[in-house]
Amino acid sequence: MKGMTLIVKTITDFVVAFIVVFGAYIVLYGHLTPGGGFAGGVIIACAFILLMLAHGSDAAFAILPAKVAHILDSAGALAFLIIGWIGMTGGFFFLNVFGRGEMFRLLSSGMILPLNIAIAFKVGSSLFLVFAALAMFRRRSFRAMIEEELS
Amino acid sequence: MNPVPLYVAIPLGAAFLIPLLGMWWKKSGETLAVLSTLVLATMAILAVGTPAMVHHMGGWTAPLGIALVSDGLTVLLLIAINVIAFLCIVFSLKYMTAYTGLTKYYSLFMLMVAGMNGVVVSGDLFNLFVFLELASLASYALVAFGVEADELEAGFKYMILGSVASVMILFAVGTVYAVTGTLNMADAAREISTKFSGAETNPALLLAAAFFLMGFGLKAALVPFHAWLPDAHPSAPAPISAMLSGVVIKSLGVYAMCRVMFHVFGFASTSPSSAIIANAMIALSVLSIVVGGLMAIGQWDFKRLLAYSSIGQIGYVTLGIGVGAHVLATGGTRSLAALAILGGLFHLINHAAFKSLLFLSSGAIQYATGTRDMKMLSGLRKRMPITAATTNIAALSISGVPPFSGFWSKLIIIVATIRAGHPAIAAIAIAMAFVTLAYYVKVQREMIFGPVRGRAESAREVPAAMYVPLIILAIVCVGFGLLYPVWGSRILEPARDALLNGAEYVKLVLG
Repeated sequence: MKGMTLIVKTITDFVVAFIVVFGAYIVLYGHLTPGGGFAGGVIIACAFILLMLAHGSDAAFAILPAKVAHILDSAGALAFLIIGWIGMTGGFFFLNVFGRGEMFRLLSSGMILPLNIAIAFKVGSSLFLVFAALAMFRRRSFRAMIEEELS
Repeated sequence: MNPVPLYVAIPLGAAFLIPLLGMWWKKSGETLAVLSTLVLATMAILAVGTPAMVHHMGGWTAPLGIALVSDGLTVLLLIAINVIAFLCIVFSLKYMTAYTGLTKYYSLFMLMVAGMNGVVVSGDLFNLFVFLELASLASYALVAFGVEADELEAGFKYMILGSVASVMILFAVGTVYAVTGTLNMADAAREISTKFSGAETNPALLLAAAFFLMGFGLKAALVPFHAWLPDAHPSAPAPISAMLSGVVIKSLGVYAMCRVMFHVFGFASTSPSSAIIANAMIALSVLSIVVGGLMAIGQWDFKRLLAYSSIGQIGYVTLGIGVGAHVLATGGTRSLAALAILGGLFHLINHAAFKSLLFLSSGAIQYATGTRDMKMLSGLRKRMPITAATTNIAALSISGVPPFSGFWSKLIIIVATIRAGHPAIAAIAIAMAFVTLAYYVKVQREMIFGPVRGRAESAREVPAAMYVPLIILAIVCVGFGLLYPVWGSRILEPARDALLNGAEYVKLVLG
């Protein structure tokens, strides 16, 4: 059987959606409350890592294929840079040219919110890919490597 | 529009675009890397002679926001980094076809360029640290790019020692922040010069200076901190070795050390603590010159010999700068300090040219013969005339044979050292210049000249995409020496003046 026991799988199925929603909340309200793109991205990645631990990597890749994660990884960083470039229309790199909006509302503080979202995609998919890469190298045991080295 | 942020934004954009487009377009790495480095190199060359400028990120002025600064010293380094990056990318087009995962290679390469350009233009201590880490992390991965056992080992060793250096630098940045309450370099310099009259009254600042010296010294591979370099530089693919030896150790090590020591800690003022730091710099330099030179003689692996030679030559660069700093700290004449620093910076850019040429030549030889063991090669002059000629020019240049560029920079450094009252150090520098000549004569005797033997028999000249960068760099090596009156006053002297005038830097950034 792939993955962990039935108990872990059942609980994982319960909590994964909540973790993702909480992560999205941390990202979207990053400019108003403690949190932000990095923290929220890590939380969302944790949901996928939990899925991978409980159900095996195939289950996680069924929801977020590695190729999609690679695309999100580069696209998030690129989006961050492009938002910085938009600031150049006002004469400065990363100048906050978007409307500031009303204070303490969700759509306020100009480019901070889009930057947080871009960071969340970048950090979340990168962390997921790092974990996926570690899971791939797990197969060969240390003992087998030593024996191969000695022979 | 102020072009300074472009030096970071263009390579960063290319680095993220390459893997994204690479999923559907196989040649994305080659195309984008060539285009972006060509644009960067052109921008850097066109920046010569423009007045110093500051870009305030996000429109926040200096002590609050992050400033990107471009002055004479920055332009010198930007030219070295971006021109050599372009030539290395052109060389990679053919050379790297033997490797897989090329989109990753070009992406990491552009990240490394972005990090180095960032270090050079940053006017903020923490921002400098972030860019330094960016360039270092990319270079750790690139050293291990071949993923053979010894390459992984070299990459791992480099990563561990590089991380130690990064921790030192971060600790020093934190100490400066604790003492001055600011991370902006110009603002910190002003605080230190007004409140503490140099690093005198505050031992925490001396500690920070020591940590900076050690951290940047490790990145520059000065001798007690050099252990990673002889493994890392030969293991990397040849264009990466050329980047590492040619510009990485200079921009992350020597440049950052100069900027922090001269501009933040204010070397330009007379004080005993500045003299201590300058003495430490001279001692590390002399040690590097001696150990690097002596270790290089016994090497039979061509790239390993070049790596040890890099340690020795970096010693000459920091010797010039250290002697200049010592003259300033002990109240000597400004013109003598200027001469010593000019010699150091001249040797810095010369070394960038001839060492990257030598590493690219070693790559061409390895590509053609499959080995870099000098015992297995002989008589390459007959089989690979162009590569042999460029290797000869670079070897003569680095060993200080007139009229090539290396002679003039070593001459200036040695003359300045004697006039500053260090005849013993000058004698060591002269003796080690002959040792340098000795091991490059060995290279020529074993590999280039002599009868065609061993692996050289089946060797053929490399394709044009590989030898054109070699020829360009060889022309640069000759040109730097002979045409100094043409380019020296435009590139080198503004860099020297920028380094000497810390007060002007503060005025430039803070307005």
